[in-house]
Amino acid sequence: MIQEALFFSAVLFIIGVIGVLTRRNAIIIFMCVELMLNAVNLSFVALSRLYGIAGQVFVIFVMTVAAAEAAVGLAIIISIFRHHENVDLRNINLMRG
Amino acid sequence: MLLQQVAATTGHPLSGTVADWMWLLPLLPLLGFVLNGLLAVVSVYRRGPADPAAESGHGHGAGHEAVHADPAHAGAHGTHHHVPPRHKFAGLASIIGPAVLFAAFGLAVSIFGAMSGASHLEQPYVQRYFTWMPVGDFRIEAAFQLDQLSMIMVLVITGVGALIHLFSVGYMRDDPGYPRFFAYLNLFVFFMLVLVLGASYPVMFVGWEGVGLCSYLLIGFWFSDKANADAGKKAFIVNRIGDFGFLVAMFLLYANIAALDFVGVSQRAGELAPAIVTAICLFFFLGCAGKSAQIPLYVWLPDAMAGPTPVSALIHAATMVTAGVYLIARSAVLFALSPVASLTVAVVGALTALLAATIGLKQWDIKRVLAYSTVSQLGYMFVGVGVGAYAAGIFHLVTHAFFKALLFLGSGSVIFALHRAYHATHSRADAQDMRNMGGLRRYLPWTFALMWIATLAISGIPPLSGFFSKDEILAGVFARAGHSTLAEATWLGIPGGPLLYAIYGIGLFTALLTAIYMTRMMLYTFHGPNRTGETERSHLAEAPWVMTLPLVVLGILSAIGGWLNIPEIMGFLGPPQWLHHWLDPVVGAPTLAVTGGEAVHLAHRTEYFLIGGAVAIAVVGILFAVVRLKPARLVTKDQAVPERGFARVLANKWYVDEAYDRTIVRPVVGVSRRLLWTVTDKWLIDGLLVNGSARVTSFFGRLGSYLQTGSVSTYAWAIVLGVLVVLGAFTLR
Amino acid sequence: MLEFLADIGYERWVLPALLLIPLGGAILIYVARIGRGRVDDIANAASARVIAFATLLVEFIVSAGLWWTFDPARSTWQNVVMKAWIPEWGANFVVGIDGISLMMILLTTFIMPLSVLGSWTSVREKLPAYYALLLVLTTGMIGVFISLDLLLFYVMWEVMLIPMYFIIGIWGGERRIYASIKFFLYTMIGSLLMLVAILYLWIQTWQAGAPTFSYDSLLRTIDVSRTAGLLLFGAFFLAFAVKVPMFPFHTWLPDAHVEAPTAGSVILAGIMLKMGTYGFLRFAMPLFPDVVMSPAVRTTMLALAVIGIVYGALVAMVQPDFKKLVAYSSVSHLGFVMLGILALTLESVQGALMVMINHGISTGALFFLIGMIYERRHSRMIDAYGGIARVVPLFAAMLTIVSLSSIGLPGTNGFVGEFLVLIGSFRTEPIWTVIATTGVIFAAAYLLWAIQRILFQPVTHAENERLTDLNVREMVIMAALVIPILWIGIYPKPILDRMERSAAQFISDVERGAAERTAASRMGN
Repeated sequence: MIQEALFFSAVLFIIGVIGVLTRRNAIIIFMCVELMLNAVNLSFVALSRLYGIAGQVFVIFVMTVAAAEAAVGLAIIISIFRHHENVDLRNINLMRG
Repeated sequence: MLLQQVAATTGHPLSGTVADWMWLLPLLPLLGFVLNGLLAVVSVYRRGPADPAAESGHGHGAGHEAVHADPAHAGAHGTHHHVPPRHKFAGLASIIGPAVLFAAFGLAVSIFGAMSGASHLEQPYVQRYFTWMPVGDFRIEAAFQLDQLSMIMVLVITGVGALIHLFSVGYMRDDPGYPRFFAYLNLFVFFMLVLVLGASYPVMFVGWEGVGLCSYLLIGFWFSDKANADAGKKAFIVNRIGDFGFLVAMFLLYANIAALDFVGVSQRAGELAPAIVTAICLFFFLGCAGKSAQIPLYVWLPDAMAGPTPVSALIHAATMVTAGVYLIARSAVLFALSPVASLTVAVVGALTALLAATIGLKQWDIKRVLAYSTVSQLGYMFVGVGVGAYAAGIFHLVTHAFFKALLFLGSGSVIFALHRAYHATHSRADAQDMRNMGGLRRYLPWTFALMWIATLAISGIPPLSGFFSKDEILAGVFARAGHSTLAEATWLGIPGGPLLYAIYGIGLFTALLTAIYMTRMMLYTFHGPNRTGETERSHLAEAPWVMTLPLVVLGILSAIGGWLNIPEIMGFLGPPQWLHHWLDPVVGAPTLAVTGGEAVHLAHRTEYFLIGGAVAIAVVGILFAVVRLKPARLVTKDQAVPERGFARVLANKWYVDEAYDRTIVRPVVGVSRRLLWTVTDKWLIDGLLVNGSARVTSFFGRLGSYLQTGSVSTYAWAIVLGVLVVLGAFTLR
Repeated sequence: MLEFLADIGYERWVLPALLLIPLGGAILIYVARIGRGRVDDIANAASARVIAFATLLVEFIVSAGLWWTFDPARSTWQNVVMKAWIPEWGANFVVGIDGISLMMILLTTFIMPLSVLGSWTSVREKLPAYYALLLVLTTGMIGVFISLDLLLFYVMWEVMLIPMYFIIGIWGGERRIYASIKFFLYTMIGSLLMLVAILYLWIQTWQAGAPTFSYDSLLRTIDVSRTAGLLLFGAFFLAFAVKVPMFPFHTWLPDAHVEAPTAGSVILAGIMLKMGTYGFLRFAMPLFPDVVMSPAVRTTMLALAVIGIVYGALVAMVQPDFKKLVAYSSVSHLGFVMLGILALTLESVQGALMVMINHGISTGALFFLIGMIYERRHSRMIDAYGGIARVVPLFAAMLTIVSLSSIGLPGTNGFVGEFLVLIGSFRTEPIWTVIATTGVIFAAAYLLWAIQRILFQPVTHAENERLTDLNVREMVIMAALVIPILWIGIYPKPILDRMERSAAQFISDVERGAAERTAASRMGN
């Protein structure tokens, strides 16, 4: 049972990673990041069966942070959209050295 | 108060006499400086800062339209159509300025009286006031010393100084900087008195540099003209080169015998190694060459004529420029120990005398003729003190102060007259160029007569003062060429005896040139037809009495000054060798040291022969000039054609200034600007090392910044690759 | 006077008070702003400079008592105050003075109120911050001169650096950013190396079981190998040589001077340059006497000092910018100080100390004068002037007097210092001294040439005809500076007397230390 769960979590994570690496749209990348976070959450929950309650507690933390991140992230994306009229990450390189 | 702190030489015959007041001698002119300086500052302040309207009325006009190098009343130029108002404090300044000098002269005379009355004056009378620079056990005291030598100098400075101050009252009458002028002049006398009264080399150095400062300020008195300001600066900087020598000589003295006061040095001079003495003397002589305008540092003195004429008379003829002669006489103990240094002094003096005399032959500016004449006569003095005839050198210093001050003041009187004339007719002609003069004897009879006295005196015509003093020097050289420590020494491989005969020859030849160029000056100025111009001529007139009176007094002194020191063989004229005996306690021993322990005596026949020869040469010179020169053929300056051939070289002063400019001034400035500042400072240190290292740092920073693409995807790829590498490393281990 | 000072326990609290008074003033400036509304309010501005001036005047009066209470005969530290700071590290708050610190403190407290007066109208923005920084700077400078604990010294050294960085960087001229960063980096590189050296020394004591930063005990116990000594001295040398500045570490100075506001230049030249030479006198040379006295190091340093004298003077001669000219002249003057210190005779060290004081007064005065004329004409270029002696005679008189003092005319302060340095150095280093003496000629050349082109000659620029002469405030500043110029020139004895014991102490420390350690290392071999 735990193996399947971990496998499923890994697949989810890889899908998230590939999404982050290949897509250009900020919203989609953002959602892929959420996907990665949830993949990790899944493995936390699965492993908590073996290692105790701490895993589940961590999931709560991650979800809290993810929520906060979503709020800030979406706000940034919206402000970028207002500025650029799109959210294509290729156009956004303000931090270039 | 002050006197209570004074620790004088106890038991000195002069203590308790009026000589105790010697500190007042320099203090009086200092007081004059303070008062006149206050007047100058107050008048500036009352006027309010920079009111252009007030300014034009006050007009330092000399700068704007300076056609004349020496505008006798500079204020005149700004306002042609009305007589410029005198400075509002002119009255007060013209009382204070000369008054302090006359008071100082009175005091000097009474101190001289006390000294003549006292006996046993072998030791100088030293007054210590306070410790100037204490270092450990060694103290440099602020102390004055009075002895026969400084007394003579004080008398000359205050006496001639007072007369020149009086003259200035008339000469500078309408100058807008009137109180400032007297302030500077008083300050000069203060420093000059410090110079001659100082009891140690450092105190003397205070006066030495102080007179240089006043000279700088007074040469550039009409500073709105660039040439004047340049001349002042040149004088100061050239003098500083000399001061470098003075300083190093002091360092050598201090390092070797730990004494800087004259008493201490004379006591311990014997401990010095011969090479050290020579070095000290040569460095001192470098100082003298600067201050007293000798080769190679004489170039500043002719330019210094840019100052007002009384300044030229006081500073650049009578007093300051003779400080070098005084220094050598003061250090006679040292110079007597070093034949090489003494011969150097004599050789340089002789060459300077000759060089300056040749240049004097072809100058047109009346003051420049006198300037080169001064350089030349200073050369004579150095020949005197160089060959160990210290008293003779001082003697010539004194008589020269009389007749050269007279000549300068006389030229001032001429310039003043021409200036008034040109001013009245609004002419822009040069009031100092002899080609614009001629025939002035009819308009300035007093000046004419008195200047002829001085001219004959400087040419060496008996029984005027210059004859005696010049003869004394030449006789001294001749005698020492036969028998003295100098004759036995060698100088740069040349045996001393023949060298001294050569110097004697140069001296004689220079005397001939002196007679020629002085007669030339007199002929062109006072004789022949007048070239000032028709309308100007009616305005030519003798100066007011405040200006002629000093001339008369100086004329008398120039005539009879020789009686100070009559040669033995002319004992029928009066008590012989007075000055010689008077100075004996100071320079007697060194003189004997040079002459080998016994007084020099020429056979009477030889001496008569020498005197006869010298007089004959002077007469020949004068006659030559009278016969050869044709004042009638001269044309005014604006019509004159430039000289050709050798005359041109002389008129251009052997191109020495140009040579110095090319070989020293420009290279130094050029190297400083290009090599030191631009290359070393800007490129090497700042560009290469400082900003270079900054650039290297920022180069690596920029390299690093290329990693920062700003694109999230790149970062994400980097993270993933990084994770894979780490994971891979863990798995493969 | 002495009794009164004894009654109020002056000697026990004076040094900490000198550190705290300016800090208090700085706080007061901010307190005075509370409830006043806008930052650049005129009332705030006025109150800031009044508070700063009053504070620094109090500081000067408080410090002036030291002149009388200082006992020139005692060779130990005076007015010592010691408080535990970080006892575990052996770092204490220890302050005390000797004759050298005394004169440096007095110089600082004398210059500072004047520099406030000099900034009175020329600084026009962010006044509270400006004056607060000046006050903090004062604390730092006093701290440097009185610290007897190496850590405290280092802290004070940095405290003094930061305000100056801001003063140049905010209130400076056009290239102020470049100049301030250059100043900061130059100084910082040196001082960080110094920190490393201090820590190295501390670690030695820590390993020996009694960690301490105390100057006195380090002086006694320091024991490092020859190579380590050389490196440590090198670190101190760099910190101080930059500050002096010695050739070739001087290029920050012209830029900093030119860009700094008047008060900044005055403080920089008048006081902060002395930190470098003070550092050599107090720390670098006594701590590593054997290194300094080794022929190679000594000759190198002498050469740098003498090169500085001549080079500074020559480069000064060709500067078109008067402030830069004075900056390079500082390189030359400070070269005399280094020569005097290195020559190690009583005369030369005393002379070096005098030059430090004189340079503070004379060069400070020169910068004040430049500031005054700059305020009227907004140009530092020599060419922009000419003939203004006729327009502004008082300014001309002051500039002439101060320049003469700077070129060392006898009767002014400049002569006393240079003369003592040279006559003393000649005894041990005749050749170097003779070369250095040529600096006397060049000094006359560059300053006289400059003042000729500024003051004399015909007026060539019409705007110069309308210059106004010095006002009362400016005359007060100049009078305050000219009086010591003449006083020290004529009667320097009181100052020399107060410094003599410390100068002799310095010489014997270095000479004895060098002899002992050289002997010890020989025995070790």
